[in-house]
Amino acid sequence: MEPLKFLVYLLVMAGVTYLVRMLPMVLVRKKIKNTFIRSFLYYVPYAVLSVMTIPAIFYSTSYLVSAIIGFAVALVLSYLNRSLLTVAASACGAVLVVELVMTYLIK
Amino acid sequence: MREQNNFLAGIRDGFPICLGYLSVAFAFGITAVNSGLDIWQAVLISMLNVTSAGQLAGVPIMIAGGTLIELGATQLIINLRYSLMSISLSQKFGKSMRLVDKFLVSFVNTDEVFAVSSSKGMDLGRRYMYGITLTPFLGWTLGTLLGAVAGNILPEIVISALGIAIYAMFVAIVTPVARKERPVLFCSLCAIALSCVFHYVPFLKNHISSGFAIIICTIIASVIFAIAFPLPKEEEVDDNGTT
Repeated sequence: MEPLKFLVYLLVMAGVTYLVRMLPMVLVRKKIKNTFIRSFLYYVPYAVLSVMTIPAIFYSTSYLVSAIIGFAVALVLSYLNRSLLTVAASACGAVLVVELVMTYLIK
Repeated sequence: MREQNNFLAGIRDGFPICLGYLSVAFAFGITAVNSGLDIWQAVLISMLNVTSAGQLAGVPIMIAGGTLIELGATQLIINLRYSLMSISLSQKFGKSMRLVDKFLVSFVNTDEVFAVSSSKGMDLGRRYMYGITLTPFLGWTLGTLLGAVAGNILPEIVISALGIAIYAMFVAIVTPVARKERPVLFCSLCAIALSCVFHYVPFLKNHISSGFAIIICTIIASVIFAIAFPLPKEEEVDDNGTT
């Protein structure tokens, strides 16, 4: 893509993204006392991550089956309090194994 | 409340995020170059945005020659969840966080950095925040570079397997808390149900962008549970140091 045009796009994209993150963090200076707002903010991260994960995780690999098994592996290991890294790596490994088996079976 | 202000502890907590990002950014690097961007352009996008969903949505608009308004509005909607996270995170900062630190740290306030740091159960100091933002930033940049340069060399099956990494990490963030705290479990299930509605009901799917759907579902689920299961009063929270 032509450099100048790209840089204008980039500036808008990065500018909007930064302002969305920076302004609320800089402008909210005091500890919030209101119980409703505190409770709301407490639930936000878990709600956001749940929404972003399901159903998207089922379409994140080449096959639905491998994604379901990868998800199951992640769910079980994280229920057992394994670290983020272990969970992510095991899920990837499970997907890889399932897809290798599937490729082998199809051939 | 005790303040976590150790740079190395931040680096350590950021490391799994960094590895998760390597794979996700790798996939972005491949996509960006395949859609017609140069390698340096893909890397620069990652360095200045540090947001997976926003970048994945932004590149096609650039390539198609969309208007700046369209690009800006898309980023605003997809990334609006960060403003909720930034407010939430601002409540956890300890005394060592200065204004200039907030200008820098907010730049890398991603879903994962937010989720990991805000679940610490301690006040967050600036050195810790620099640590936990640095490693993911490096992983995101390096992953994009590697994907942009070497993406076509890797077999498709490996790329497919890496595709699940970021979501598995999300699962690993939510599950342990949902296991301990019933309201979080039900809030998560409620959010998932809403998400599926927005994803599978044809009218909603066709008329509401994915970024907007994320915001709507998050707000509905969080409001319901903030009303039904509010947190205990401030003093009690300080006493036991959790929740």
